[in-house]
Amino acid sequence: MEANLVDKSVIETGEMVLNMGPQHPSTHGVLRLKIHTDGEIVSQIEPVIGYLHRCFEKHCEKLSYEQIVPFTDRCDYLASMHMDHAYSIAVEKLLDIELPDRVEYIRVIIAELQRIASHLVAVGTFGLDVGAITPFTWTIRDRERVLDLFETLCGARLLYNYIWPGGVSHDLPPKFIERALDFLDYFDPQIDELNNLLTTNKIFIERTADVGILPPEVGINFGVSGPSLRGSGVNFDLRKNEPYSIYSKFDFDVPVGKGEMGTIGDTWDRYYVRVLEMRESAKIIRQACAELPGGDVHAALPKKIRPNAGEVYGRYESARGDVGFYIMSNGKNIPMRVKMRSPAFCNLSVLSEISEGWMISDVIAILGSLDIVLGEIDR
Amino acid sequence: MDPTLLERFDKDNVIVEKLDTLINWSRANSQWYFQFGLACCAIEMMAAAAPRHDLERFGAMPRATPRQSDVMIVAGTVTLKMAERVKRLYEQMSDPKYVISMGSCSNSGGPYWQHGYHVLKGVDLVVPVDVYIPGCPPRPEALLQGLLELQKKIKTETPLRKQA
Amino acid sequence: MTFDEIVALLDTKASGKTSVIEGKTVISVSPENWSEISAILKNESKLNFDYLMCISAYDKGDNKVYGAAYNFYSTVNNHYLEVRVEIEDGISIPSVVELWKAADWHEREAYDMMGLKFEGHPDLKRILLSDDWEGYPLRKNYKEPDYYHGLPVPKDKSYWD
Repeated sequence: MEANLVDKSVIETGEMVLNMGPQHPSTHGVLRLKIHTDGEIVSQIEPVIGYLHRCFEKHCEKLSYEQIVPFTDRCDYLASMHMDHAYSIAVEKLLDIELPDRVEYIRVIIAELQRIASHLVAVGTFGLDVGAITPFTWTIRDRERVLDLFETLCGARLLYNYIWPGGVSHDLPPKFIERALDFLDYFDPQIDELNNLLTTNKIFIERTADVGILPPEVGINFGVSGPSLRGSGVNFDLRKNEPYSIYSKFDFDVPVGKGEMGTIGDTWDRYYVRVLEMRESAKIIRQACAELPGGDVHAALPKKIRPNAGEVYGRYESARGDVGFYIMSNGKNIPMRVKMRSPAFCNLSVLSEISEGWMISDVIAILGSLDIVLGEIDR
Repeated sequence: MDPTLLERFDKDNVIVEKLDTLINWSRANSQWYFQFGLACCAIEMMAAAAPRHDLERFGAMPRATPRQSDVMIVAGTVTLKMAERVKRLYEQMSDPKYVISMGSCSNSGGPYWQHGYHVLKGVDLVVPVDVYIPGCPPRPEALLQGLLELQKKIKTETPLRKQA
Repeated sequence: MTFDEIVALLDTKASGKTSVIEGKTVISVSPENWSEISAILKNESKLNFDYLMCISAYDKGDNKVYGAAYNFYSTVNNHYLEVRVEIEDGISIPSVVELWKAADWHEREAYDMMGLKFEGHPDLKRILLSDDWEGYPLRKNYKEPDYYHGLPVPKDKSYWD
């Protein structure tokens, strides 16, 4: 009797569709990935989003311009000052107001502190994704100090409602500048410690170098921006190329991926650009603190925001990339349409392209390096 | 931990106590939480687990799977698309299970209650909630207090006797 | 290049197919000409708009006219352009996915939120809402449903009184 021996040469390995569901500890929010794999190698990924769709744009059509600011906070909750700032810049373009110098300097200091805090979370959770738990505890501990500074400023730890169109809500409390400079003195050696622990760690390099390479033309075609695009060698930073606010007065470099540990545009590059950006932000804060002028921060706050009919596209460089606010106004105090172009939306759309051919655990590393926040993707 | 229990143990190394109290004490002080972080409150939950406001000193360890967890902390806005998944994951947890609703979005819809067509106005419409923590987002200390309230609630339970 | 130079260049390449909206620095294109104009915007070396920043769908509020606003930027030549394509309800706009892959998700979102149909899109289905959601929420005449899969959608305020 012939045994039912399976002829191994004709075993077909079919394609498997795995579901990395909306609740998963290593996705940065409620994201669902449908991964088509052949065994362990990924052939296509289909991200399903919308699990955090909170109807931000519908709210904007029913609330006045000032009332929208707390909602922009909640879009990108890790860098909420940037969202407030981007929205305020767009509305100020529409209203055509001139801001006092003190307001601009305060906004820059706060925005750069927020960039440091957001990159700390990005770097920490990226380490967590690839298996390193200690850098997460260190970066969150350092981030708590930045949040302490924000708490003395406006009372909130995460969602501030601080930067309003036309100014800021509170002036700096006494001793804020000394405390900020103390923090920077404490923080600079911490980046070196983080580098020793994570950046030059052999296991980390094995996991991230040469993985998930994003060619620059593909990045530009997909609309990728921010550190994810700069990791591929594209030297484009809105703060240098098209300075808004008073960024043209400060002297800082734009870190760009150079492929030191692998190829240009791999996961390590995108991660390292974020580490270097923290140092550059510290430079900007020191320069701004040295030149801070006096004045009244509420001088240019409009009593009632009622812009003329028109539209504006305000562009801003947030921690994740290129935020855009497209505001259409028809002369009332409630906008007709507000569209928020979120950087993470476009960054996520490139995931399927760059993770083809890698294994499932590499997909986690690539997703971590793109640094997405679901609140701003789903709005 | 119940202070009188510890003092009595120190004196004679023998405790005489109702079995109910001991079961409640062991359950309350080791609540492994199912991290259901959805939105901004998830960041504060992460910060509560971080070195400064340590959540693990209360016995609460983060677990990624519902099968191994005792309490589900719903942190963030629950949308209609996500609501069915919340219910399904709650049903996958094994008894005894508790739910903490963290933040005003999961308490009652949060700032999106008025015009949000895709926001579930409160997670208590799909799962039974034991403790509500207000705030937008609540501070990590508020989450710690919520956990302590849950511990107090557990200590009043009667697992062995039939419910009154 | 300034806005006027861009308009002049487009007029020489495809005369009569674009028009400038009164009083704004925005170009308006009709859906029939959009495929041709978008190819010129991308491929013409002096224009070279290689970065599609955003596609915003808007509703004029009169229940008839809907539109999509495209914001372009050129990383090479460092200039901006905004183009609007307006349609009546039900007519579809040619998709630009072949030229800018960023349009893939943006067009799906415009369809999901405003109901604009894009012809030639490989997979036009809802992206943010569930597949069985009815209606297009960002339209001005949208009424939210009372129940969805058994869950109440509006907040029950009956116990407030």
